Amino acid sequence: MSAAAEQFKHDAERLTRDLRHRSLIQTALKKYEAARDAKKSRYRDWQSARQTAAEIKWDAINHLDKYLEEFVGKIEARGTKVHWASNGEQARQIILGIIGEKKARSIIKSKVMTGEEIHLNEALEKAGLIVVESDFGEYIVQLRHEAPYHFVFPAMHLVRGEISELFQKELGSKPTDEPEELMMIARQVLRGKYITADIGISGANFAIAETGMISITENEGNARLTCALPKVHIALMGIEKVLPKLEDLALFLPMLATAGAGQALTGYNSFYGGPRQPGESDGPLEFHVVLLDNKRTHLLADPEQRDALHCIRCGACLNVCPIYRNVGGHSYGTTYQGPIGSVITPHLRGLQNWKHLSYASSLCGACTEACPVKIDLHHHLLQSRRNAIAQRPIWWERFAFKGFGFLMNRPALVAIASKLGRMAQIFHPLVKGTRFDPARAWTRSRELPVIAGQTFREFWRSRRR
Amino acid sequence: MSERESILGRIREALHVPAPVPGVHDHNRLAHGASEAEAAKHIPEWLPAVGDSFEERVELFRANAAELKADFRLLGDARELEAQLRALATAESWKTIASHSGEMTDRACAALALPRLATDQSYDANELERCDAGISECDALVAQTGSVLVSSRSAGGRALSVLPPHHVVLARREQLLADLPAAFALLKSKYGSNYPSFISFITGPSRTGDIERILVLGAHGPRRLTILCV
Repeated sequence: MSAAAEQFKHDAERLTRDLRHRSLIQTALKKYEAARDAKKSRYRDWQSARQTAAEIKWDAINHLDKYLEEFVGKIEARGTKVHWASNGEQARQIILGIIGEKKARSIIKSKVMTGEEIHLNEALEKAGLIVVESDFGEYIVQLRHEAPYHFVFPAMHLVRGEISELFQKELGSKPTDEPEELMMIARQVLRGKYITADIGISGANFAIAETGMISITENEGNARLTCALPKVHIALMGIEKVLPKLEDLALFLPMLATAGAGQALTGYNSFYGGPRQPGESDGPLEFHVVLLDNKRTHLLADPEQRDALHCIRCGACLNVCPIYRNVGGHSYGTTYQGPIGSVITPHLRGLQNWKHLSYASSLCGACTEACPVKIDLHHHLLQSRRNAIAQRPIWWERFAFKGFGFLMNRPALVAIASKLGRMAQIFHPLVKGTRFDPARAWTRSRELPVIAGQTFREFWRSRRR
Repeated sequence: MSERESILGRIREALHVPAPVPGVHDHNRLAHGASEAEAAKHIPEWLPAVGDSFEERVELFRANAAELKADFRLLGDARELEAQLRALATAESWKTIASHSGEMTDRACAALALPRLATDQSYDANELERCDAGISECDALVAQTGSVLVSSRSAGGRALSVLPPHHVVLARREQLLADLPAAFALLKSKYGSNYPSFISFITGPSRTGDIERILVLGAHGPRRLTILCV
């Protein structure tokens, strides 16, 4: 077992038994479900909307080279500098290079999951820079020195008391039980930072090839401030974010909001098509876009699972996943949690070390059904299991299945085996649950089904007589 | 070889093997038309319904605004708008306001007779932060979602509509559009040859649900959003 697999097993087991954790997650997600269903029912045809979204994304991903070049050409024509990074190290060096050139000291960040993916904050802090997360949930987990619990709701696992305690300790604020007051504390701390920060770093939800713009979706306004006030704006994004046309957003923005958070539209959906243009009064003087591959082309090269690149990171698959709802976001140990994380992490970080996530699924298909762009998530988990075994076969499993095949092809042997099984079952209670029990993995927490007193063949023979 | 070339090279190599279209079993065609361009034409048909008449659209916008905790008022004329604005200024005891020059904003701000920070030319962000309200025009209102469409050209730059604690939008009746596809069509016809560097759909006041999924207004942006439409 890989270290990641052992950690997952350990944390998942602990959290599954944690009833407080479970009730917290259930409460949060029940509110989400009610809101999502109410908003979904307003669509005239949600299923057709999903199909159209899937087809547009299919077109974008299957002509990715063409659309990326179009996007880059258009956005560069308006004074943006585009950088290409094959991996996390290159992306970090590009960003550190821009910061060094500007002699910048302080950085304000709005939420950027690709930043989590390449451990950007650690690299910036190591270079002696002051980095502040401005998204409220991200700010909380940054103060706690932990990873986001959910890539849409980063602080979903915390209650107000814990946040109040954190603020008392880290910011010296007064204790409070009011969510509004807690938000005000963070707002006041962060307000000044937008104005004094030298550089703003953001992510991107979509990149529009036709017009050369990035689109950022948020509720709080922190990303808008990050992209408006500092003199330099750096946007870090994966290469798969491209959409062909601006009007495609008329579908993707509402679907992202509804599937992801049960909203008709997220608070702010903003498009940035360059730095401050002639005649404009504010906005950054420099705009850099960093395009990150980091093994996305590895996923692209697998036509069977290529549609995982259609993902718009709404988080709907996490919210409905019975595994996520029990083991929680941190157990995964990945940047992207839940079913989509279980599908893409083996491509981004290596199949053998992360194949265990393919088994973190009941294969119920709730994720596939929830996905607004119709990614075939639960089948991809099955394919990953197959691929992992094909790449590195397990000798005893192969031997066992060969033996099983041999047995099942010989009716006489099956008859003997079922007779032996029935006899052995009489003595099973003597060893059941102990370390001598051959079925211990099963009987530790479950009853072994009783073998029928008569096989079908025996029944058939007795009936004809 | 540059990184650009090596990434594009990897993409082209990966795309040598075609991938099936999701949800389509006949791989020679898409479910909703022959191509992606055709599939996209159907978008308005799937989105939430919007009535045809102006009255239905106003009612939908009003309902959406109420749900979003935005304040929407449909007013008779410019005088009424000025009166409403003065009432807001008194109620919240505004001392300074920020705005940009425009037909509606100039008239409204003159009626308020308060010190005014203009965001048409470069300005001091600290000063804007101290303003009690930001008053702007917009490109459109969207009935389907209760959104206000703004851009750096129509609404006084990037920060005016997000930094002050109260954002007041001045709109005209004919700016009320039915749905999102209509808003994107407007963007294309209005700016197609030269887009502003910033465009945003503002849907309600700034908000967060990060603490126990409880709605809190006024996260980092304005706590109040008022839309005055004449």
